Amino acid sequence: MGGNERRKSVKEAREELLKIIELCRSVEIKGLDPYLVDVEDLIRAVREFFPMRESIEDLCLDTEALNHIASVVKMQGEWVKSRATALYRDPFLIEEKIRSLPREKMAEIFLETWRPIVEFEQLTIEGFREALKYWSELPPISERWQRIGYIKTEAQRIAKEEVIKEGILSGESFASELEKMWLELKGAASKYGRIKYWDFIGSETYEETVRRAYLTSFLITYGYARLEVHILEDEIFILPNEKPSPKEDAELISFPIPISFEEWMKWRKNRKALGEKPIT
Amino acid sequence: MEKESKSTGRKAYYIAKMRKAAQLLFYKRHSIPGAKGWELRRKVGSDYPKVINLLNEYLDRIGLTVKIVFEEEANPPENPTLEQYDKARFYITLKENLRAEEAKMVGWRIDDLAALCTSIAYITSKGGKVERKELEELLRSKIPEWRVDIDLNKFIRLGYLVEDENRQIYLGWRTRAEVDQKKLIDLLLKTEAKA
Repeated sequence: MGGNERRKSVKEAREELLKIIELCRSVEIKGLDPYLVDVEDLIRAVREFFPMRESIEDLCLDTEALNHIASVVKMQGEWVKSRATALYRDPFLIEEKIRSLPREKMAEIFLETWRPIVEFEQLTIEGFREALKYWSELPPISERWQRIGYIKTEAQRIAKEEVIKEGILSGESFASELEKMWLELKGAASKYGRIKYWDFIGSETYEETVRRAYLTSFLITYGYARLEVHILEDEIFILPNEKPSPKEDAELISFPIPISFEEWMKWRKNRKALGEKPIT
Repeated sequence: MEKESKSTGRKAYYIAKMRKAAQLLFYKRHSIPGAKGWELRRKVGSDYPKVINLLNEYLDRIGLTVKIVFEEEANPPENPTLEQYDKARFYITLKENLRAEEAKMVGWRIDDLAALCTSIAYITSKGGKVERKELEELLRSKIPEWRVDIDLNKFIRLGYLVEDENRQIYLGWRTRAEVDQKKLIDLLLKTEAKA
C-alpha cells in the first residue's frame, strides 16, 4: 500500500516536472510575458519533488526543469530592460496603428526613417579565376549538343497506365510510392524545412527526374506537401506537411512546372559545378 | 614656407588615409558591407576615428554619411572610447531620406516598403522577437497574401530580419544600420489614420 502510494507520487512528481518544462518552454518559444510565470511557485514545486527522485532520469528531468526556470528568469530580466529603453511602446497600440494605417502611409513613414547603405559590388580575383576555369573547360556548343540526342515533341497528357508501361512508375501500389516519396521529402527537407524543387526531383537520369516530378505533383495535389514560389528570384521550394492536409474547401490552382530536357541538363551542370551529387 | 609644406604634407597624408577608408567602406568584401573598427585601425591606422570624421565631411557634400553602429545599440555612447569604436561597425549610408519615387527607382515597391515597416515596427514593439506565423498574419492585412512569404524571405535574405530554427523572427544587422527604429515608432504613433 505504502509502496503504491509512493510510486503514485513519484509518477505525479514526474508529470508535474514535465508540466513545468512545457510551461517554461512555451513562454520561451512564444515570447509570452515571462511574468505570467510564478517562478517562486515553480521552484517550490521542484524542491518538493527533489527527495522523491529515484533514478538518473529523474535527476535529468529535475535539472532540465531548473534550466528552463532559469531561462524564464533571464527573460524576466530582459523584459524589464526592454521596458526601460526609449524604444518601448505598448505593443497593442502599435499593432492597432499598423492595422489602421493604409500601406501608402506606412511606406511614407518608413521612408522618413530609412537611410539605405551604399555599397559597391565587384568581381574578385577568386571569382574571376573560377569563371576563367569554367570557360576554359566548357566544350564547344556543337559537341555538347551531340552528347545526348533527343527529339523535341509537343507536351501531351499521359494516363497512369501508360506511365507504368513506360517504366516511369512501377506496378507497386501508387499510394505506397507516394508514401515513400513523402518520407524521402521529409528527410531531405529536415534541415531547413524546405528544399529546392529541382534539387528534390532532380536525378542522375532524365527518366528518373520525370518519374519523381510526376509523383511530386501528386504529393502536392493530395496535401502531402506544398510549394513555395519565389517569382522574383525564379525559385521554387517544396515543403513537406507533417500530416497530409488536403484543402477541400480551398480553391485549387494549377501551377505548371516544365520538366524539359534542357532544364534538367542545366540543373545537372549546376550540381556538378557545385560538386553535389543528385538523388539517385 | 616650411610651415606651408608641413601643412601640404599633412593634407596628403589624410587624403591617402581617406581614400583607404572609403575603399574599405564602399566595397563589399564579406557578406555584410562596411567594416569593423578594428579593420579600419589595421588598414588606416590608429587615428582612424579622425579619418572617418574627415571622410564624413567630404561625403556630406554628396548626400552620404558614415553610419556607426555601436555594440551597445540600445544606449550608444556619447563619447565613444577607441575600444568601443573598434567593436563598432561602420557603413556608408544616405544622409537624407529617399522620396517614394526615388525608392521605386532603386527597386522598392510601395507594398514592400509598407511590409518592411510593419515587420520592423511590430518586432520592435514585441521586444525584438516574434513568431513568423504571427507576423505573416499581420502582413496579410497590409499586402496581398501571395506576397507575404516572398517579402519575408526577401527581408531575411537582405539582412533586415533574421529567422531562427524555431521560426522566430528578429531584427537583422541591416535594420540596425539603416533604420532609425525610435523615430519609426514615434512617427507611427503620431500619424493619424484618415477616416
